[in-house]
Amino acid sequence: MLKKIIQQIKATMGVYESRADGVYGLLAEYSNPGTLIDAARKVHAAGFRHFDTHTPFPIHGMDRAMGLGQSKVGYITLIGGLCGLGLATWLQWWTSAVDYPLNISGKPFFAIEPSIPIMFELTVLLSALFAVGGMFLLNGLPRPYNPLFYSRAFTRASDDAFFLHIAASDKNFDLEETESMLREAGAKAVEVIHDHGYSELHKA
Amino acid sequence: MTSSNDKTVTLPAGADPPLVTGNLGFHDITQLVSYHTEKRPPSAWYMAIAVSSTLLCILLIMIAYLVWNGIGVWGNNNPVGWGWPIVNFVFWVGIGHAGTLISAILFLFRQKWRTAINRSAEAMTLFAVICALLFPTIHVGRIWVIYWTLPIPNQMEMWPQFKSPLLWDVFAVSVYFIVSLIFWYVGLVPDLATLRDRARNALRRRVTGFFALGWTGANRHWRNYEKTYLLLAALATPLVLSVHSVVSFDFAISIIPGWHTTIFPPYFVAGAIFSGFAMVMTLLILARKIYGIQNIITMDHLEKMAIIILLTGTMVGFAYITEFFIAWYSQVEYEQYAFLNRATGPYAWAYWTMMSCNLLFPQFFWIKRLRRSIPFLFITSIVVNIGMWFERFVITVISLHRDFLPSSWDYFNPTIVDVLTLAGSFGLFLTLFLIFLRYLPMVAIAEVKMVLPESDPHFYDKHESEEH
Repeated sequence: MLKKIIQQIKATMGVYESRADGVYGLLAEYSNPGTLIDAARKVHAAGFRHFDTHTPFPIHGMDRAMGLGQSKVGYITLIGGLCGLGLATWLQWWTSAVDYPLNISGKPFFAIEPSIPIMFELTVLLSALFAVGGMFLLNGLPRPYNPLFYSRAFTRASDDAFFLHIAASDKNFDLEETESMLREAGAKAVEVIHDHGYSELHKA
Repeated sequence: MTSSNDKTVTLPAGADPPLVTGNLGFHDITQLVSYHTEKRPPSAWYMAIAVSSTLLCILLIMIAYLVWNGIGVWGNNNPVGWGWPIVNFVFWVGIGHAGTLISAILFLFRQKWRTAINRSAEAMTLFAVICALLFPTIHVGRIWVIYWTLPIPNQMEMWPQFKSPLLWDVFAVSVYFIVSLIFWYVGLVPDLATLRDRARNALRRRVTGFFALGWTGANRHWRNYEKTYLLLAALATPLVLSVHSVVSFDFAISIIPGWHTTIFPPYFVAGAIFSGFAMVMTLLILARKIYGIQNIITMDHLEKMAIIILLTGTMVGFAYITEFFIAWYSQVEYEQYAFLNRATGPYAWAYWTMMSCNLLFPQFFWIKRLRRSIPFLFITSIVVNIGMWFERFVITVISLHRDFLPSSWDYFNPTIVDVLTLAGSFGLFLTLFLIFLRYLPMVAIAEVKMVLPESDPHFYDKHESEEH
């Protein structure tokens, strides 16, 4: 049960389980962003959920084509901002009014007005750190090992090639049928990705 | 490679000119930007790093000399307690404004031309802020207790004074540095993945692979990434405007005539953008030529920067004149004297240098031909930064050298240590910038690809329907 939930959470990050025979998925190359987005639409309509596109730059409209909702980073950032604001308020109040009050020209030990710059700075600082930390967390990064790196063609995903990857962990996945579907959707080339690290681990 | 590369783009009449010229495809951009980090640098790079690292050594020697002897080695004297170190601090912080402005504010305004220059401008920002942080740190005298400025529990049970603008400054500049650094790094991740995938030898693949964090360009990742980038831009925008406002509080919250004015925050921010853009221009005019990327950083980019320099230069000039008006209108004798003394006193030469460099010189940018002339842009960008250094000199030194009590008036003379420390800070800045040019992609590869018309999936619908 717990294992299932962890697998599902990992799938939202794009981290999939390989099949027992070591097949990780199918990697199809498309010639341009236009055909890729059409293919993603078809794959989503065919009921696939464990799939992703890999492109050198974000493609507008791809979230909708893949059936993905809004990113959750905004909420994490908001939490960070509130923590920063709270921390700054507490820090300034506690140090100057509770722990070590210093009377300077009879001014109040704590007041909102002179505290605003630090409140602002720490709000921004923690929001930014939470935003970036949250983004990496939701993306499952850093991820030094990824079976897709075994593909030679995949090195061009950060240059000028447009890939669609369907993971073997998807319930609709079938090596032959899925491959022919990808080709029908206009794929230039389709490649089976083997998780060599996984199969070697299980041999030993 | 891809079919998109063979297509020639025909633009409808009246459309904006393309941001990337020379009909470059996706692969051409990758190639053009990343191969500079993979091959031996041009000989101009070796000459530049020789000069800048020499200056950096001079800086280190000057700091060692200063720490050993104390800040008496500088020209700071009794009325002028803030001499060149604070002038240099404000100067460098100002330069450090252009990068985040370009990456954050222009991003929110959907100014797509920023993609060609944002990476190098952000790098420049980080290095300028490093130089800026150096000066107040060495100015405190006892560098070894600089951590007292941070709220760290200690055996004296003392805390920093949070009501002091100087402490706000510590927070403002440090937060600005951290946020700019992570903003820059987030932007770099996809490009580091490009370098990793192109790497031929194992060491290079390991190092770039470590910093690329396993980025694969997955759409599930781009979705969170783009949202984060937007949020960081939204957070960095008020931050950019706040940093120099807080720096100006160092002055404006005191009661020295010439400092105690409410115009300071906006006026400092305008000046910071002005000097920052000038420094970006100086560096990019050289870099685009030496590295042959004139098709990515085009003449139009330089012209747009010239327009921003004209705008902010005029705002700064307007603020100079407003200060005089307010001094007269306030009817405060000390305030009036402070400004008359600026323009006609012993430092009139500094004041008029500032006025001519900052207010008059950028006005030539009203002429389109001069905005598009590389030599003129280069000269103006340097003149502007000389002018902006003098602005900080005028504000800091002239306001202090004659205060309320004529018996304590004095004239400030810098020492050789002051001069060499300033020169050395340029060495630190340029060395870091040259190392950046050598090892990291100086243009945001993924973002430049996004401004090509071929990156839009609808580009292909149109072409297909035209063919049928």
